[in-house]
Amino acid sequence: MNLKELYQEIILDHGKNPRNLKKSENFNKDAKGHNPLCGDKVHVFLKIDEDKKISDISFEGSGCAISMASASIMTDLMKEKNEKEVKELISDFLDMIKHNPELKSKNLDDNEKTKLMSLSGVKQYPMRVKCATLAWHTLTSAINNSQNETNSEKLD
Amino acid sequence: MMIENIKKQFPIFSNKVQNNDLVYLDSANSSQKPQVVVDRIYDFYTKEFSNVGRSVHYLAVAATNLYEETRTLMQKYINAKDPNEIVFTKGATEAINLVANTFGQKFLKEGDEILLTELEHHSNYVPWHYLRRSKGIQIKFAEINSDGEISLESIERQINRNTKMIAITHLSNVTGAILPIKEITQLAHSKNIPVLVDGCQGAPHLKLDMQDIGCDFYAISCHKMYGPTGLGILYAKKKWLEALPPYQGGGGMIKEVNKEGITFGDLPNKYEAGTMATAQVIAFGESIKFLNKIGIENIENHESELTKYGEEVLRRNNSVKLVGNPKNKGSVLSFTLDGIHPHDIATILDEDGVAIRAGHHCCQILHDKLGLPATARASLGVYNTKEDIDKLNESINKCKDIFSK
Repeated sequence: MNLKELYQEIILDHGKNPRNLKKSENFNKDAKGHNPLCGDKVHVFLKIDEDKKISDISFEGSGCAISMASASIMTDLMKEKNEKEVKELISDFLDMIKHNPELKSKNLDDNEKTKLMSLSGVKQYPMRVKCATLAWHTLTSAINNSQNETNSEKLD
Repeated sequence: MMIENIKKQFPIFSNKVQNNDLVYLDSANSSQKPQVVVDRIYDFYTKEFSNVGRSVHYLAVAATNLYEETRTLMQKYINAKDPNEIVFTKGATEAINLVANTFGQKFLKEGDEILLTELEHHSNYVPWHYLRRSKGIQIKFAEINSDGEISLESIERQINRNTKMIAITHLSNVTGAILPIKEITQLAHSKNIPVLVDGCQGAPHLKLDMQDIGCDFYAISCHKMYGPTGLGILYAKKKWLEALPPYQGGGGMIKEVNKEGITFGDLPNKYEAGTMATAQVIAFGESIKFLNKIGIENIENHESELTKYGEEVLRRNNSVKLVGNPKNKGSVLSFTLDGIHPHDIATILDEDGVAIRAGHHCCQILHDKLGLPATARASLGVYNTKEDIDKLNESINKCKDIFSK
């Protein structure tokens, strides 16, 4: 275990000053997520253009540094990506958080990779993995127009 | 009281937890187990095991006697009038479900009200909630004051002619408030309303006298009382156990069974259907003996001194905000830290071997009222020391360091 790895500078920065923490104007998709065990809540808003590109993404919510940082980094990264790229990135991120040592995506620059990999420290803390993945599962629900609230207890 | 000698009786403290000495501050969640309790389970299974109350062979008779011995020990521990007023359950949750279910079935109708408080653990709310749907009852909540206490007046305000049961905690697992349960019972009885006390946090820490308190039901969690998991106790006045219908049907709780019908067994068998948690009951007898040996007054004094010390230390720490400030307080220290979420606190403390709980502690109604999504909670047991509190404070400072970067 390594606390420094978990609470590194990027996480603390995004956790304390989350980017895109607002309700997007003119959003056309949204979904809510909830972690009933710790009370983390997230509401993701998306504006997807006709060419299936995310022109705006934001979130509202409250939670621990890990869940806030994860939502903040995720929303930063998804802007201007198309739906297919977003889905690939979500599955790449979730695989990395659970078992893969690295990200596989070719569509990320080094800076983006560093930001995402800053969350990899939660691997050592099984109880906290759900904090890191909540926003990502909620984004999937938003894209799929799922009406059900994402409940972290019902996910892998 | 030689607290170091007490700590030595708990084998968990002689092992390292992730290379740290364990600073266990999660006893409100579940307490650690003394060696005598662990040994008793081993001895029973290796030398004395048999099912109770059925066979006539030597082991069965001996096991039955041991099982009943715990009932009598418990009766004396809480000064109940009769050993048959002690019913073993799978936990305090089942004890409350038993009362809500059987009382609801027999005595409640549409429009009746159950009075709870905003301090209640989900296990003293959810069982009553079912009766909203099945019986059309209403649930009212007595409100806390700004110190996180429930006064007699706040209970009185919510009582009306529809109130059919008052179900309250003895000691809040979040604010630590100790409720005036004797006065509440007197008030309730003056209006012919029975009282159920959720004693999960009361029983391990406070001297109990059922005949003095006078409540109708008192639910106990044995694993919070230095005993095994999977075991709870329902104390209920005999008149209620006689009046209420059985909770579950099965072997052991019947008198006569034939194709036309069934007659139910006498107390306490009526409420103990199926094979019970025999080894746990027998081992729990050792927990009671352990508590008796130290003396509940000594435990009260030790924990009260430690709680005061904890409050002082945490109040001196600028960023810490204690949750609730009850005048009559049990050994629970719930707190928040400016700008740091309780789950981050718990993870950072864990790195130093300091085990606390973070979250809503199964009290979402209270957390909504307090406007807090979660709190961090350090809760004390008989084995805790001032050094444990100091270690907690040091680790809290470490959280502040990490988050100040």
